[in-house]
Amino acid sequence: MTAPLPISLDVNGERIDAHVLPRLNLADFLREHLHLTGTHVGCEHGVCGACTIRVNGEIVRACLMLAVQADGSAVETIEGLSDSGEITDLQAAFRDRNALQCGYCTPGMLIAAQDLLKQNPEPSRDRIREHLSGNYCRCTGYQAIVDAVEATVRSRTGRAA
Amino acid sequence: MTVMPVKTEALSLLDRPNSYIGKTVPRPNLDRLMQGRGLYVSDLELSRMAHVVFLRSPHAHARIAAIDVAAAKRMPGVIAVVTGKELASVITPWVGVLSHLKGLKSAPQHAIAIDRACWQGEAVAAVVATNRALAEDATEAVQVEYEELEAITDMRTALDLQTPVIHTSLGDNLAFERVLDAGHVDQGFASSDEVVEAEFVFGRHTGVTLEPRAVVADWNAAEARLTIYQGTQAPHMVQNIAALHLGLQESQVRVVCKDVGGSFGIKVHIYADEMATYALSKLLRRPIKFVADRVESFNTDIHARDHLCKGRIGVKRDGTITAFEIDDLTGIGPYSMYPRTSAIEANQVVNLVGGPYVTKNYRARARVVFQNKNVTCQYRAVGHPIACSVTEGLVDLAAARIGMDPVDIRRRNLIADDAYPCGSPSGLKFEKLSHHASLNKLLGMMNYDALRAEQAELRSKNIHRGIGIASVIEVTNPSAAFYGVGGAKISSQDGVAVRLDAQGAVICHTSITEQGQGSESMTAQIVASMLGVSMERVRVVLGDTDNTPYGGGTWASRGAGIGGEAALQAAKVLRKNILDVAAAILQATAAELDIADNVVVNATDGAPRIKLSELAGIVYFRPDTLPPGIQPELIATRHYVPRQYPFAFTNGVQASWLEVDTDTGFIRLLKHWVVEDCGTIINPQLVDEQIRGGVVQGLGAALFEKCIYDERGQLTNANMADYLVPMSGEMPDIDVGHVVSPTLESELGAKGAGEAGTAGAAAAVANAVNDALRPFRAIITEIPLTPQVILTALGRI
Repeated sequence: MTAPLPISLDVNGERIDAHVLPRLNLADFLREHLHLTGTHVGCEHGVCGACTIRVNGEIVRACLMLAVQADGSAVETIEGLSDSGEITDLQAAFRDRNALQCGYCTPGMLIAAQDLLKQNPEPSRDRIREHLSGNYCRCTGYQAIVDAVEATVRSRTGRAA
Repeated sequence: MTVMPVKTEALSLLDRPNSYIGKTVPRPNLDRLMQGRGLYVSDLELSRMAHVVFLRSPHAHARIAAIDVAAAKRMPGVIAVVTGKELASVITPWVGVLSHLKGLKSAPQHAIAIDRACWQGEAVAAVVATNRALAEDATEAVQVEYEELEAITDMRTALDLQTPVIHTSLGDNLAFERVLDAGHVDQGFASSDEVVEAEFVFGRHTGVTLEPRAVVADWNAAEARLTIYQGTQAPHMVQNIAALHLGLQESQVRVVCKDVGGSFGIKVHIYADEMATYALSKLLRRPIKFVADRVESFNTDIHARDHLCKGRIGVKRDGTITAFEIDDLTGIGPYSMYPRTSAIEANQVVNLVGGPYVTKNYRARARVVFQNKNVTCQYRAVGHPIACSVTEGLVDLAAARIGMDPVDIRRRNLIADDAYPCGSPSGLKFEKLSHHASLNKLLGMMNYDALRAEQAELRSKNIHRGIGIASVIEVTNPSAAFYGVGGAKISSQDGVAVRLDAQGAVICHTSITEQGQGSESMTAQIVASMLGVSMERVRVVLGDTDNTPYGGGTWASRGAGIGGEAALQAAKVLRKNILDVAAAILQATAAELDIADNVVVNATDGAPRIKLSELAGIVYFRPDTLPPGIQPELIATRHYVPRQYPFAFTNGVQASWLEVDTDTGFIRLLKHWVVEDCGTIINPQLVDEQIRGGVVQGLGAALFEKCIYDERGQLTNANMADYLVPMSGEMPDIDVGHVVSPTLESELGAKGAGEAGTAGAAAAVANAVNDALRPFRAIITEIPLTPQVILTALGRI
């Protein structure tokens, strides 16, 4: 263990200054230091996708990134994306389609889905399944999630259901 | 939807104008979860809270000669290092047996191992520190001297005389055995034209809840009360067990369960490390948090299945099935799990094999043996996937032997839809099932004949697709016959309290729990419908033993059927109470009045008479204006448990359409269909999503999931990268249809739907794979159906 290092970063539009141990991962920093508990920890080895967040506009697994690596970055979590309204329509589609059960994967799933829709406004059903294939959901069987993302594609591109 | 004839009078209550029953409405709790504003146990922080990390045995079987904790105690942030012996002063050991499973035996299990570790992953010491990372650092400084013992890992040799006995006090490694001989089995086989035999192999797998098991235990020494925050399916069970082993009264233990990140049966048990966490809080007089990491989850969350089942079926040339016989063997780890035991799955296999079919000739033996692996216990659809895969696998093999279509053999042998009530050879009672209506509906949904034609055409192009069908029966709405009769303090009844508040809103406390199934929504839909209030005015509170009625919780597909009926009955009483008050205020009779859209109205013409908010205001703030002698009760509580049938059986049928790549052994799932009969459907969307989620867990078992142990009892794939689960890319779309045969035992008529998907999915897939491989004369009776298994069967490797 070495001494804490200073970091400064932007989290959901708010400037954060902190001293953190070099070994602290970003998920634990968000959850335990900033109490942003919407970033969930499922596997702690980068497989399940529950801790998916956005760093400088790109989705990352917060459990695979150290807090010190986020120094100078702009971090967005599910709390920020919810408050900004960026994914309100996607969340509504998830609600209407019951695309979540226990909800533990959902923040990561929403952020991964939004990432796809930003890159590709009209993805096919297979493309949606492929893009979400790094996010593990044990409850739904995925179909409702894929349906909800498809519904969001339709509403964003102005096509009727 | 095919609706079977049902009692018409009782349905009128459910069919009231503006009823939410049978309608898809969004769950009220979703925004919280979607915005990351839920409260899972892993999110919880309390003042003075410390974190426990368990040092776990690296050996499957070892004597603990010595533990030196001195260095660990000096590590930064460490509050305490506690061994099993020290913790035993606070918490007593337990034995996971039930008296109705005759002969079931197990050895005393401690919260932390004392003297001996019996599986890789059993806790041998607890390190408590100011945060989890520091506690993990200090576990590395605990010195344990182990003397390795022989690990008993192969269940096939566990009962051999030369195999060492894991618990010498028990005499042998046999935990439980059940034999059944019903009808005239030998005669049945003798009268058949063909007898087909197979050995079915089921991999050991586990639930992989996305939120690991988590508990915060908070012993308040001043109050002499323990508050347990735990993601559990059964809060009152946890309360009872914690009190029992900590020497407390149940009134000294409160269990609170907020959001739960997946359960599937994994979180219906009480684990040694959770017991240790409760005990550590009492010992150290402060809140203690335990959150399993993923490796710990794989090594300690209950595993399930791990069965070897030999099966035989007798069949006549006309397709009549003359007898079933099975010999099942399962390995459960070193202890029977507490308090539900590890013999239930094998017992269910015996109960369920052959269950959809007419033949009364059935013989079964099931043996449950100890081994030095992680414990197994009840996981979603307990025993059903084994029974269904064996039964449906045998039926398909029999059909193939006599050259009959898999649909035709089922039509010939499934119990007729007008034969109910009736029973099974194993003593199950069926109130009303719909096998034939369900099968007919399924064949229509999948367009069976067209698929067969497509299959034949593609075969000529060397593309190998298969169709697999599996009929299912499913245990739901369990009465006390499941656990209570065996001495377990696990409630089979549930209670709901419904109250009208001062602004005309309704608050409802229920003893069932929510892990995402939709318990809150389902309860609110029933209460709102019965009361005539809008759903957004109903708030449902659950998961708190201090504040809800006493009850079982959510498991064994019981929440809607049992908790839902209690909600219906409570709301009916409250409705009557409201109308009595309204009648007094309006100088009318209750019979002349009704409630609709939050307003008391005339029963005849629906004209509004008084708003519920106004009525409640009078009751709470101006009772002086009520006629003398009127004492309103704007709260009502009712409980419910099924008494007539020990279980409300449901039925269903599934079909899989898939393609096998005979060069690589990979299977591509193309489509899956389910028809299911869970009685009254409260929320069609929630039922369908339970089915889909359940199917996908069954597909995981069919294709991917297996806890791979080596011969020394080391779990070799205890991480999410090596233990494969279904992901979105390889899962098919699943079409769900319904037949509706309500149970007449309750007014609601609902049976369970949470496990049926898991029960039949693997059987449908395995039958489809064998159907696809028929030209190669390859028969596979093993899951998971990995490429290696496929290629081996094809003789390619």
